[in-house]
Amino acid sequence: MTLLHRTRWRHVALLTLLACGPARAEDPAPQSCDVPAYLLTSESSLPKVKAAAKPGGTLNILVIGSRSAVIGLSDQSGAFPNRLQAYLAERLSGMTVNVALELQVKKTAEEMAPTLEKLVGDKKPDLVIWQTGTVDAMRQVDGEDFRNALDEGVAAMKTAGTDVILMNLQYSPRTESMISGSAYLDNMRVVAQQHDIPLFDRFAIMRQWNENGDFDLFSPAPGTALAKRVHDCLGRALSTFVVETAHIKTEDLRIQR
Amino acid sequence: MTSVADPIAGPSHADAPRPSSRAAVSPEALPVVTAVNPRELRLDLFRGLALWLIFIDHLPQNLLTWLTIRNYGFSDATEIFIFISGYTAAFVYGRAMQEQGTVVASARILKRVWQIYVAHVFLFTIFLAEISYVATRFQNPLYAEEMGILDFLKEPDVTIVQALLLRFRPVNMDVLPLYIVLMLFLPLILWLMRRRADFTLGLSVLIYALTWEFDWHLTAYPNGTWAFNPFAWQLLFVFGAWCALGGAVRMARILNSPITLWICIAYLAGSFWVTLTWHIPQIHHLLPKQLEQWMYPINKPDLDVLRFAHFLALAALTVRFLPKDWPALKSIWLRPMVLCGQHSLEIFCIGVFLAFAGQFFLGEIAGGALMHGLVSLAGIVIMSAAAWVFSWYKRVNAKGGGRVRTTSASTADADLAGGGA
Repeated sequence: MTLLHRTRWRHVALLTLLACGPARAEDPAPQSCDVPAYLLTSESSLPKVKAAAKPGGTLNILVIGSRSAVIGLSDQSGAFPNRLQAYLAERLSGMTVNVALELQVKKTAEEMAPTLEKLVGDKKPDLVIWQTGTVDAMRQVDGEDFRNALDEGVAAMKTAGTDVILMNLQYSPRTESMISGSAYLDNMRVVAQQHDIPLFDRFAIMRQWNENGDFDLFSPAPGTALAKRVHDCLGRALSTFVVETAHIKTEDLRIQR
Repeated sequence: MTSVADPIAGPSHADAPRPSSRAAVSPEALPVVTAVNPRELRLDLFRGLALWLIFIDHLPQNLLTWLTIRNYGFSDATEIFIFISGYTAAFVYGRAMQEQGTVVASARILKRVWQIYVAHVFLFTIFLAEISYVATRFQNPLYAEEMGILDFLKEPDVTIVQALLLRFRPVNMDVLPLYIVLMLFLPLILWLMRRRADFTLGLSVLIYALTWEFDWHLTAYPNGTWAFNPFAWQLLFVFGAWCALGGAVRMARILNSPITLWICIAYLAGSFWVTLTWHIPQIHHLLPKQLEQWMYPINKPDLDVLRFAHFLALAALTVRFLPKDWPALKSIWLRPMVLCGQHSLEIFCIGVFLAFAGQFFLGEIAGGALMHGLVSLAGIVIMSAAAWVFSWYKRVNAKGGGRVRTTSASTADADLAGGGA
């Protein structure tokens, strides 16, 4: 309903503005969410993941995130950590994959950082995916404080013996005029470089989807269907990212030696 | 950017005693008032350009964004805007101080500060209207977290007061508060600079250095700090003022030297190369890790030295290769940009408003790359048209009221030029 309504509005607007070309929404592309190859790998490595990836092995992943790691207020079933588990289980069929989610709602990186070492000590994951930055951007936390917190958190987790992937903010066009994410995106990139850990550029990936017309992230009231599709695609992209970055040869996992 | 220019207009200018204020060579020789004082069109041009770029940068990313200078080096339009503002403000109000005395000139500056403050509050109101609308209409479970930003609407008693105190500034509304603070201190800066120009500049550099050393900043609401730290950004403003009051003339030799030229070119090329690695991740590995660790992060809130240097290099080259009497400055094609630069406060506010409106339009009514381009172009056309109307009104008004006022024409002209200061 709403989508239809919106499309009509676009039509009217286009006519009134004498715009000459068709808007992308007029000819919906078939659902796809391809991601350019460079966003799906990293120069940094994931030694623990690589070591865990052997036939019959177990890969434990811990996602630490704020609310954008779930759909809506708390729906985890269709959210990217779950989807990541499904896709990884499919790709790494010779081994067991566990993805756990540690939700830290409304916490800034600075508030999360001190808890990370204990978390990693308790759960002993091979890989932590730390999704952060959104709350910091919303509260306009000082850039340097944010960077120091990331630095501290990543260092603590590495010392505790796990690989770490940083995951940055969602691309959220509707709130772009209210939340300025650029400083936080930059700082996350800087910290990832400093620690030589991979950064999963969720922001760039989602922006690409929006621009390519894969998803209409502007849509005012799309219901949960859109969110589920986005999270599914994120989970898929993330699984590729992990496999590519760790240089896992998936075909080798199936050969029982 | 351009301002450094007048002095450089050639050695002949610096030597030949011209009755223009720009001939002021030493800091003691305060600007001389002249009846005929042609506007420095390069200042207007580049301030107009900065305004356009700020507008484009405030829209969501689109094709035109690639034309903005922040994609080609460290500094961006804000540096140009603040520097030229410092330059014109010092030029105009420096002359006013000479003519009318410190007290009257200071009063005029404060009146200007008030205008800017009111403009800021007006823009805030528009912003409130926009996001209140979004808050009630937008229900996307994908962004449940991001929508938390609208929670401040639940306590308007605090938010609005904090906004009036300039502590709560929504995205894209950071430039005017910085400008307000800088202008507030302009009387002091000018008073000091007319006596001890180099000392004032030195003081400014010292404050800048101390800011970096001791992390001076202004806090913002609900937390964090000002997006443009006035303690750091004052350096550009004061440097602009220093150039306007004769500093640029004294720098002419440095600016004309071939060594400067090549340093500037090398620096700009280097920073372009670094910027390239941001946009083309494939070549990112070409950047030496050590350089990266030394260089990053390039701090915008505190006006990183790398940014300042980038601006200086750009300015030096501009002044060198774009002569003051470049015929194109008067051409009809550059007219819109020049006009925008001549009414910078008004056009800046219109630009911020149009960026809000553009975002709203793209979000609520029609999106896509084509609409995006159209919205950007429409914005620039509206800004130019508005500037043209302001100029027309000013001209008509000056003709009508000129005889009534006994003050000299230069005062009116000062208002015009200061209009954007």
